[in-house]
Amino acid sequence: MAGGLRLGLEIGRRSFRRASTYRAATAAGVFVNTVFGYLRASVLVLVAASAGGVVNGMTTVELTTYAFVTQGFIMVTGVFGDTELADRIRTGDIVIDLYRPADLQWWWLSTWLGRAAFQAMARGIPPVLLGALTFDVRWPDPWWHWLPFALSMVLASIVGFGLRFISNLSAFWLLDNRGTDQMVTFVVMFFGGLYLPIALFPGPLEAVARALPFASMIQLPAEVFLGRYDGAGLAWVLAQQALWAVALLLAGRALLGMATRRVVVQGG
Amino acid sequence: MASPTLNTTADVRGLAALYGRILAARVRSDWQYRTSFLALVVSQALVIALELLTVLLLLRLVPDFGGWSTVEVVFLYGLATVPFAISDVFVSAVDRVSNHVREGTFDRILLRPIPPLIQISALEFELRRAGKLIPSAAALGWAVWRVDVAWGPAEVALLVLALASGTVIYSALWILAASVSFWTVNSREAMNAVTFGGQFANQYPIHVYRGWIRVLLGWGIPLAFVAYVPAVRLLDPANPLGLPRWLVFAAPAVAAASLAVALGVWRTGIAHYRSTGS
Repeated sequence: MAGGLRLGLEIGRRSFRRASTYRAATAAGVFVNTVFGYLRASVLVLVAASAGGVVNGMTTVELTTYAFVTQGFIMVTGVFGDTELADRIRTGDIVIDLYRPADLQWWWLSTWLGRAAFQAMARGIPPVLLGALTFDVRWPDPWWHWLPFALSMVLASIVGFGLRFISNLSAFWLLDNRGTDQMVTFVVMFFGGLYLPIALFPGPLEAVARALPFASMIQLPAEVFLGRYDGAGLAWVLAQQALWAVALLLAGRALLGMATRRVVVQGG
Repeated sequence: MASPTLNTTADVRGLAALYGRILAARVRSDWQYRTSFLALVVSQALVIALELLTVLLLLRLVPDFGGWSTVEVVFLYGLATVPFAISDVFVSAVDRVSNHVREGTFDRILLRPIPPLIQISALEFELRRAGKLIPSAAALGWAVWRVDVAWGPAEVALLVLALASGTVIYSALWILAASVSFWTVNSREAMNAVTFGGQFANQYPIHVYRGWIRVLLGWGIPLAFVAYVPAVRLLDPANPLGLPRWLVFAAPAVAAASLAVALGVWRTGIAHYRSTGS
């Protein structure tokens, strides 16, 4: 157990370092996220203004903050996914991974979280700072509100991992899983609250979106950032995220068990 | 390196036949993984449908959008997205040139006596992108039917002109974005801000955006000519920017100029290209 934890930390550290070497790509990504943040914020400001300053309980400053922080979440929670595992399944390299004396899911989770830690700093914060140049942005206040937000973000990233682990494993059956992978992306973007805060959905649709795991990746951490929860409400939000994280990880494990029984190594 | 020239109609006809054959081969190869292909088509349709749903959900919250009614915004959405989808099917694949540059396979493309732009757009053609056309064309069709415009030959001609100009403008953006790969492969993602960002920005009346971003995306990149300017002419909606309604007739010229600039940058990029060499 302790050995597994140390291995995880080592993998995570290397994954962090690997992500940090792509400087130009990081800068380019921040630029794109910020442009989208500006566009989304402009639209939301207009909606708030014509609705009299408050839409479905969200004020203008909350909406503009939402637009930029959620742009920062994209890489941390892996909204666009990661096809590395699926590629290894397709090429057969997965066999090498299965031979390793380390748990496959734990290995990939450590890689994912190491990279997410880098993305949180490099891709998470700059769009919000750049957005604050033109729009009102509300930071967590008092300072210790950053703590539940950090926890919420880690859970959001694990939920994102759990989802992508499953969609990547589908390559065992489909070989080419790009279609399912893309669909997951768009469903996350819509039902997670990236296109539009879930709070602006019509009541029944909002209820559906809140009952799905995708809200745990975007809407819920953004609401924690905005300080919309306190005490028991906050605990319940974090518990929901933790429950989804555990459920998706367990489902991924079960699927991995089924998948490995299918693996046939092509002799060369 | 001299780029191949096409001198006769026979050359052009031969090229068109070749292009068609490569496309057919690409479609056949996609069809080998049927489930995956269909899933990709559905996912492409889904992204546009969800975007459209987002626009409708926003319109539900406010009585009008910057002075534009629901049907006017949906018309704008269709007018912006149909050309994007067409250019996505036929041109956006040039973006894959980055892989060829990185892996050194672009040398092979330069050696063949066919313009590299046509080679790459054919070799990387993916029919799945046509999935985007389904919901966007449906939205445009619905809006054309419901909008308060007496559709005569002149209006239809204007609509076709707008769609054609829009397709050329987006195609120019894809070529421009792809050209960046000749200088830097790593930061080419920045161009997503003008391609996908442009498509996103065009879904809403351009006057909702603040000063500099409106100037940059609307007139600098000329995205306003894709949908906003034609919509101002055809629908005569709220026009807070006070755009002249004749401006739509500049759209073909703007499109041609955009394409000329993009092709110029593309050629400069190829001249600048050095093989990875390994």
